[in-house]
Formats: sequence, structure tokens, C-alpha cells
Amino acid sequence: MSILVVAEHDNSELKPATRVAIAAAAKIGGDVDVLVAGANCASVAQAAAAVPGVRKVLQADNAAYAHNLAENLALLVAELGKQYGHVLAAHTTHGRNFLPRVAALLGVAQISDIVEVVSADTFKRPIYAGNAIATVQSSDAIKVVSVRGTAYDPVAATGGSAAVEAVASAHDAGLSTFVKEEIVKSERPELTAARVVISGGRGMQNGDNFKLLEGIADKLGAAIGASRAAVDAGFVPNDMQVGQTGKIVAPDLYIAVGISGAIQHLAGMKDSKVIVAINKDEDAPIFQVADYGLVADLFQALPEFEAKL
Amino acid sequence: MKVLVPVKRVVDYNVKVRVKPDRTGVDLNNVKMSVNPFCEIAIEEAVRMKEAGKATEVVAVAVGSTACQEQLRTCLALGADRAVLIQTDLDVQPLGIARALAALQAREQAQVVIFGKQSIDGDNSQTGQMFAALTGMPQACFASKVTVEADHLQVTREIDGGLQTIDVKLPAVVTTDLRLNEPRYASLPNIMKAKKKPLDVVTPEDLGVDVTPTVKVLSVEPPAERKGGIKVESVDALVDKLKNEAKVI
Repeated sequence: MSILVVAEHDNSELKPATRVAIAAAAKIGGDVDVLVAGANCASVAQAAAAVPGVRKVLQADNAAYAHNLAENLALLVAELGKQYGHVLAAHTTHGRNFLPRVAALLGVAQISDIVEVVSADTFKRPIYAGNAIATVQSSDAIKVVSVRGTAYDPVAATGGSAAVEAVASAHDAGLSTFVKEEIVKSERPELTAARVVISGGRGMQNGDNFKLLEGIADKLGAAIGASRAAVDAGFVPNDMQVGQTGKIVAPDLYIAVGISGAIQHLAGMKDSKVIVAINKDEDAPIFQVADYGLVADLFQALPEFEAKL
Repeated sequence: MKVLVPVKRVVDYNVKVRVKPDRTGVDLNNVKMSVNPFCEIAIEEAVRMKEAGKATEVVAVAVGSTACQEQLRTCLALGADRAVLIQTDLDVQPLGIARALAALQAREQAQVVIFGKQSIDGDNSQTGQMFAALTGMPQACFASKVTVEADHLQVTREIDGGLQTIDVKLPAVVTTDLRLNEPRYASLPNIMKAKKKPLDVVTPEDLGVDVTPTVKVLSVEPPAERKGGIKVESVDALVDKLKNEAKVI
């Protein structure tokens, strides 16, 4: 059976999370097609066609798909998905939004947030905020699966030369309309794609103090994250949250500053290659997972750290 | 305007769950159970709609064992007007739950249905979206702000990288993100009053739906342990380790 991977993009760029989903599709085995649904999204279709291992790219170019509205996209994916054995997408806020709607339209279950493909019908996924890993098997005819962004290394971005096929099907459910989008423009890398992440927790005391992380982030080319406690306290916006209810990251280097290490935070970063913790409480649980721990007052340690980089 | 709020009974978020020795699941014996935190935010939002004069009735509903009545009573104490338990002893999964709720919605005809964005046990983040598909409603998932207009909702959604605002026609589904509101605590008088509020029990058979799961759990394992490392004495030592030992900077 063949596999349909639904691309994530902004009508100009293919998001790296899609190439992680394609890597998972390769583990399942079979022909892999990629659906690019958007408006004026030809450059994304070309990018998808260049990904090695892709059989063909289906490009659904229509105003109805311009803003990723779940109602319209799900109708299209459910229509195309009937011909496939698997429908995959990234477990990002985009994938989480439309994919369950596809599964319900197809009358099948969805397997969310997989971290490993065991076989074509069996997958591993974290439950209870990563405190347990379930191995689950689906008996449905079509497996609808969302893939965690850190499950596999993304396949290469170039080297392939798949054909691009236009899909005429235009679904406008007429249920929802796009009003506006406020995307935070940042010179820094995206949290889930960054090689280095530096996060602040409740110990930062307020939003202004996050500036202490900025200089270090600039020097290291790092993204800035936060714990749920820091978000709850209103220090920083929710899209910076690393954790089970926020973003899952696995950078080469993760620096946790003033973060105690609640389970829910660890669930979002414990697959990082090297973890550094800076906290004045030497008993903080974060030290149990940190490769390098520094017991220090962050207000002294951070300026010194920045100066010595 | 009637607001329906499906809620889930889950292990309390403060409990450290443990995998059972036989690897069949996590140990739920004598563990504190609570309303899923995102569902609490959903109840709070519905109650605020009623307090603002936008909603006329708030109905809490759960799908699960008879023990879920405890969480439904909590919802009643938080301000829901009445509750419905769709009772089943099956280990129901999102699609089955969504089907049962869709059948109930056919009776209730709520204008707004507010779900939590995910439960903290299964972490699926599916049920609201599936319910929306089955009922043909639009969905506004991961909401951080909801404004009720005459025939639609304007909802600000938390998406990767920022915020998206959409309009959805009524009836509509909303799923709550963390920052939508801060739920209140139930006061003692309200807990007492909640005992007298109506709580109906129906079964999936009454509603004519099959909630049998199609995903089989083969095993549940504890996650790979991460070994703790070392403590360094100074910032200098830290920088040295990162440069020369870990070689990440």
C-alpha cells in the first residue's frame, strides 16, 4: 500500500517537520506521495518534489486552502486519502488541527504523536506526558498517523526529482473564514528546528529578565524557549513553551535556566543530546537529567556565561 | 444559547504515574483522579459565557465509567447547570467518544461545544476535531481568546510561531489552550449546591452508537531513563566542558 504525507508549509516554504513525516513513511515502507494543499504554493510543491524517496507530489492549489483551514483541508485529504494505506502528517499545531478531522471523516482512529514505527500497523507513542511509552496496533483499513517532530532525522531536502501533479478538487466547506495571523518575526531559528535552545523558567522572575537569555542566544545561534511555569506566570507568550503541552524539542544543546524540571517540561526536552541546567536550588529535579549542572544564581551566571562565550 | 462541555476524568496532574510491572498500562489503583486541566478551562469558559449573558445553559458531559460522576459533580460545582454521563466500562478511544458525543449533540443541539485541547493521560488531541467532523461543525482549536458574535465566534488560536484568528459559524466547536482563562476554584456552598443539580446517565446503546476501540495497546513501557551527569563548579568550567568535552559550542 502507498502512503500519503500531507505537507506543512506557508505557501512559500516546506516546513522541516514534513521531512520527518516522510522519514517515518520510509520506515513504514511503500510508495510515498506528498500532498501540498495551498494557494500559489508551486514553490512548495517543487521543494517537496526535490525530497528523495517521494514518488509524486499532488499540488492542490486553490484559495480555499490558503490559510490551512481544517474544514476545507480535511475534506480534500479525506477524499485523496481513501486510495492510500496510510495518511501521515507532522504532529505540529497544524497537523493536530486537521488530521483528526480527516480520520473521523474516514471513520478510522488516529494514532497521534508517534515516536517510532514498529511495523506498518504498529507504532510507539508517549502517553502521560512521556511518563510511559505505549506500543499500539491499529486494525483500521487506513492508518492515520501524526509524527512527532523529533521521531526521526528529517530526510534530505534535495536529491529527488518527483513529478508534480495538479489536483483539481476544491473543497470550500463555507464554515470558517480566516481573519488574521500574527506570526512572531524573529532573527532566531525556530524552536523545534534550532540546534541550540536556551529556556527560562519561573526563576527568571519576570518577562524583562528574558533579555538575559537573548545575548547568549545570539552568540550561540539559539532559539529561546520557556517552561510552562514561565508562560503561566505571564512572562512570555505560549508559543515559546517547551513541554508536553507546548513544543517538543531535541536540539544538540539545551540550556535550562531557572527551571526546576517538572515532568511536563522534561517531556518536551529530554531527548536533547546535551542538557545544561543552571539553577540556584541544588535539589531541583532538572539536575537529575542534566549532563552539566551549575548551581548558581542565574542573575550572576548568565552575564558571566555570555561574556565567556 | 446552549453550551456543551465534554470533560474527561484523568489521573490528577500532580500524580507521578508508574507503569505496571506486567507492562499492560499504568497503575491507576488508589491514584487521585481529577477533571482534565484543559477541560476545566473549557468549563470555565462556558460558565463565563453564561455570566456574560451570552449563554443560557451549560451542560457538562463525560464518557466513561460510573466513577466519572465525581468529575461531573465538580463541573456542576464550577457552574455547569446539569450533567450527562454516557456510561460505558470500555476503555474508550477518541473516535468512539466523539461518536457518542455526536449522538448526544443530536439530542442537545448545543450552539457551542467546548473541549479541552488534549487530555493529560492519552495526549491524543483528537476528540474535539473528530466530533466537529462527525457533526459537520467548524472547529477552532487551541483557542486563547473566544468572542461570541450573533451567528459566529471569533477565535484566536495558538499556532506554531504565533497566533491565528478565524471566524467560525455557529454551531461550532472550540478546543481550549492553556491561556484561554484561569479556572476558578469551587466554593463550598457551590459544592453543596452541585449535589442537587441534575445528572442524567445514558449508555452508548441508548444513543445507538458503537464505541468499541480499534486501536489495541500491545504494551506500555517506562521511558528510557536519562542518566544525570555532573555538576560543574563555575561558569568557566561549564564553558570548558561544552567546548572541549561535549563539543557543542
